Amino acid sequence: MNRINEEAENKPQLKLEFEIKEKDFNVAGEAASKVKKTLQQLGLTPEAVRNIAIVIYEAVMNVVIHATCGQLKVIIIPERVTVLTEDKGIGISNIELAMKEGYSTATHEIREMGFGAGMGLPNIKQCSHKLNIKSQVGVGTVLEAIIYLPSKDEKG
Amino acid sequence: MSYYHHSITLDYEKCRGCTNCIKSCPTEAIRVHGGKAKIIGERCIDCGECIRVCPYNAKIVVTDTLDKLSGFKYKIALPGPTFYAQFKEGENVENILEAFLGLGFDNVFEVALAEEIVSFMTRHYLITNKPKKPLISSYCPAILRLMQIKFPELLGQVSPFMTPREIAARLAKEEAVKREGIPYKDIGVFSISLCPARVTEMKQPMGIINSAVDGVINMSLVYKDILKQLTKNHKKEKNNNLQRATGTGMSWGYITGEAKALNYGSVLAVCGIHNVISLLEEIERGELKDVDFLELRACTGGCVGSPLSIQNLFVGRVRLKYLVEKYRTKTPYYQENEMLNFYQQNSFFSTETFRPRPVMILDDDVSKALLKMERLDKITNGLPGLDCGACGAPSCRALAEDIIRGLAVETDCIFKLRERVQILAEEVLDLARKIPPAMGDDSSKEKGRGK
Repeated sequence: MNRINEEAENKPQLKLEFEIKEKDFNVAGEAASKVKKTLQQLGLTPEAVRNIAIVIYEAVMNVVIHATCGQLKVIIIPERVTVLTEDKGIGISNIELAMKEGYSTATHEIREMGFGAGMGLPNIKQCSHKLNIKSQVGVGTVLEAIIYLPSKDEKG
Repeated sequence: MSYYHHSITLDYEKCRGCTNCIKSCPTEAIRVHGGKAKIIGERCIDCGECIRVCPYNAKIVVTDTLDKLSGFKYKIALPGPTFYAQFKEGENVENILEAFLGLGFDNVFEVALAEEIVSFMTRHYLITNKPKKPLISSYCPAILRLMQIKFPELLGQVSPFMTPREIAARLAKEEAVKREGIPYKDIGVFSISLCPARVTEMKQPMGIINSAVDGVINMSLVYKDILKQLTKNHKKEKNNNLQRATGTGMSWGYITGEAKALNYGSVLAVCGIHNVISLLEEIERGELKDVDFLELRACTGGCVGSPLSIQNLFVGRVRLKYLVEKYRTKTPYYQENEMLNFYQQNSFFSTETFRPRPVMILDDDVSKALLKMERLDKITNGLPGLDCGACGAPSCRALAEDIIRGLAVETDCIFKLRERVQILAEEVLDLARKIPPAMGDDSSKEKGRGK
């Protein structure tokens, strides 16, 4: 896990990075649990922590299942958390279709392992406030999910 | 943070300041400072892992003693099924319960009876309320405290019922009021426990405001006396009908007992604190939504695997399984309509919600926490990463956290200290080589200046 801190717009910022390798099914859980620990220490609400963990897990799982390699970046500033995955792989030919619950292009082998149920992207959408996917068939996919954090007053 | 009472404390004399316990603690709640282990109260969940690993038996559980009985006119003992597992195979449960009467108790109430009630109520709740899956057992107090710290988002999925011990205490008191006509306040109910977390729970209840249990007595304090009573009573024919629980309730003493006793839907039973942590991480990510009920226990093997257990976990389990089988077909003491009545009257529902305890937080302000995290990373990267424990913290990362919190300094790390000493030594050597100009010859002067 590499971590780079930058001062952007004079605001404290934290960046967490993970390398993702093909068929490395453990990395999704590890990344989600490591980031979760950090977010809890930062004092984010339990709800935000859970949503971010789900987004990370599902997004990394997508890279593990569909791409050959990729990278996860989690950027935290006081207002929001951005989860970014970039991969090299087959890409998504129809993003609208991929967003449909239960739609999956995962292989039989992957499904037998209990993954690839077609709930990844719908879950990410449900757990984030903003979702951008850019994909080029045969090249790769960039996924960016943003979760806004409640301000101190909103936390109650 | 407010003061937390904990049952687990340190026997100061016995502790040698070794670092075995700091590594096994799932919430990083122990540090060794000044040659002695110190428990960080707000982080401790009383799971008892440190009791297990301490080679010097320096971690002890402080409970009430039998002296406390004198404060009450009518005393009831509350033993759980795990207690039965501590005696030799084939020992009659009625005899074990009878033995309590020779220790100054007036009556005995089996916790297993309340366990049967909780099984019934949980099943009824799952059928009628269809709660969010999976419903998580509220039984193990160490797991609940773990969830408060590490899995706050799952607290809403905890079963809404009081613990069997709490229910047993209330039923025992009501029964005594009705049967013996003794005023409620004169009745003392004492839990006979093998669980450090249970002791803490009685003093600081979760899910309710006040516990009906008046004291918790460590099983080891009564074990020998019970054995004596057993030999004394052996030939006597007793028939107080103290033994009323069935195998269903008794099975709660080992892992899978509670889940199977539910007799409903798809269930999962997981034991061992580290296994539970990885399972809860999966649940938190939204997995296992097809599981109706989760039985979780901090101790491997369930309660028979308690660090205070006298019998080996596997021996205890076999003994308890024998009893479960023996009492399996016994007619339940509480009828279904009675248990339904308890449910409908909300008698044994928790009254308080389980609140998160964010004790790992670096700062209340996210911006400040981010800055601290930046420093934390920098310090961690500068540490050797061996997690040797010589600084008294369980890992380099934990030491870095302590430094950020102002509880430790970088030179607590022996490698950092060595680095500093090395730099200092070089400086000293350097200075030692220097010779005042008036004393040295020209060549040495050149050397000194050249440096």
